[in-house]
Amino acid sequence: MSGVGGAPAKATREAFGEALLRIGADPRIVVLGADLNKSTKADAFAARYPERFFELGVAEHNMIGTAAGLALAGKIAWCSSFACFVAGRFETIRLSVCYSGANVRIVGSHAGVGIGEDGYSQMGLEDIAMMRSLPTMTVLQPADDVETERMVEYLVEPLIGPVFLRLVRQKVERVHAPDYRFQFGKADVLRDGGDLAILATGGTVAHALHAAERLEADGVRAGVVNVHTIKPLDVDCVVDLARKTSRLMTVEDHSIVGGLGGAVAETLAERHPTRLHRVGVRDVFGESGTPEALYAQHHLDAPGIREEALAFLGRT
Amino acid sequence: MDIEKLRADRPALIAHLRRVTAELRVDILEMLCESKSGHPGASLSSIDLIAALFYAKMRFRPEQPEWPDRDRFVLSKGHGVPALYAVLAHFGVIGREELKTLRKHGSRLQGHPANRLCPGMEASTGSLGQGLSVAQGLALASRLDGDRFRVYCMIGDGESQVGQIWEAAMSAPKFALDHLCVLADYNQGQNDKLVREVMPTLEPAADKWRAFNWHVVEIDGHDIAHILGALDEAERTKGKPTLILARTIKGKGVSFMELNMKYHGVAPSPEETQRAIAEIRGRAS
Repeated sequence: MSGVGGAPAKATREAFGEALLRIGADPRIVVLGADLNKSTKADAFAARYPERFFELGVAEHNMIGTAAGLALAGKIAWCSSFACFVAGRFETIRLSVCYSGANVRIVGSHAGVGIGEDGYSQMGLEDIAMMRSLPTMTVLQPADDVETERMVEYLVEPLIGPVFLRLVRQKVERVHAPDYRFQFGKADVLRDGGDLAILATGGTVAHALHAAERLEADGVRAGVVNVHTIKPLDVDCVVDLARKTSRLMTVEDHSIVGGLGGAVAETLAERHPTRLHRVGVRDVFGESGTPEALYAQHHLDAPGIREEALAFLGRT
Repeated sequence: MDIEKLRADRPALIAHLRRVTAELRVDILEMLCESKSGHPGASLSSIDLIAALFYAKMRFRPEQPEWPDRDRFVLSKGHGVPALYAVLAHFGVIGREELKTLRKHGSRLQGHPANRLCPGMEASTGSLGQGLSVAQGLALASRLDGDRFRVYCMIGDGESQVGQIWEAAMSAPKFALDHLCVLADYNQGQNDKLVREVMPTLEPAADKWRAFNWHVVEIDGHDIAHILGALDEAERTKGKPTLILARTIKGKGVSFMELNMKYHGVAPSPEETQRAIAEIRGRAS
């Protein structure tokens, strides 16, 4: 599996660890962990800058609250764990981080069914919905390693406020050239197409591109848009796509309730009512399996996305 | 009022605080009566601790609440915030007239601390159990910057039933945060009942904190001399954080409110307020 320019596939969490190390020279940056630093790849920062790394143990409420305190005293505090474990500490994020105005970067890794064999208890499937509901919270999800690095570099800017950055465990194909420029809040149009617009995010973006190629052979011109900034959503782009194609499809490794699909549905309903089909985890629990088997089950891989698109367009 | 002079004269400070805390109690009751809602019990149990802390120790500039080197006070038991508002108004951080806006639409004085709105609030609290972690983060930031400021945090006994309190209780000694001092307002009451009825196994509390390697000072939290002595001891203690376990009485100073759970979250009526104020002033004179 290789992507743009033959680059080897890489997990966004790996790119995160490397990027964090690069921005780590900035003395304002502190990193907090909750005994999953080897997994989230924050361990490289911990090794390089031990005086600015704080291990809180298996205590995510305390990690997030402590990050809030550091941020309130002027630090840019990064904390990471699995997406379901950090988002699960919702009330601390709500009050100690968001309502307190703390510049905390909450990294939720191993998101979605893509974590695979660990099963539902470790799968972040509702995290976007929860984080998106919080005032002042920004929700980001990169599609590949290049985008992850640009995002992490961008997040040194303290004025953004609280951020939830969603990463995946599995390797994902690169969809961006190395000189890619990340534009906060601007949807990233990867492919144009007049019959259908596929809005994908995170680990599903590369699959959506492959699906679009197959759909072309089926006679369907499908556009693909990488929605890296889920909140604030690029509503103008969504409305523009609706005007141009009249059919939108969202694809995400997350529940179809309240995630990207929910955000796009809200936008379309208010701004430009348009047929929408949401592909994702259909309000069910996840289960153990290989990431590939689970992506196939939930129609998040190229064949599944193609099938969903054809059914949506009434071509089956 | 010359605060530096008072800080240098302990007997004068104690005498002054005894007078001031009576007036602060009056402020709290009038504030709550005006707002017709709020938590008298926890405000009255904590006021001696908060007033003593601000008078004796806190480094702050009333005219510059955001002064970066100020000491931080995080009120984790956010429902006791009328006590903090009264103290901040006493020092001119917020206006005295503003106290009447407590809990009213458009006021900076929210029902629970809101740091983005009101000076003197270091974090937004009110969902119990969160403030100690924030205080720990502030203390770590201070340490990174060369111990620029001390951090104080007030928690409650009912609040100590929240798991996150014990996460922070475990971690703060790991970081040897000796510039972090927790004031535990153990006022014996909580929303429904007495703490010993709801969760008797919270005790022995001092042993639990000592087991996590805190320096624990157990005091009568209404005895000004005890409070000042404990704050001194916290400052002197090196290598570990200090917990001042203050045994207090919910509703302290108003006989019909003391340990009466009716006044956990119900404001006094105008008649009750007058009666309470007469009692406080009668005792103070």
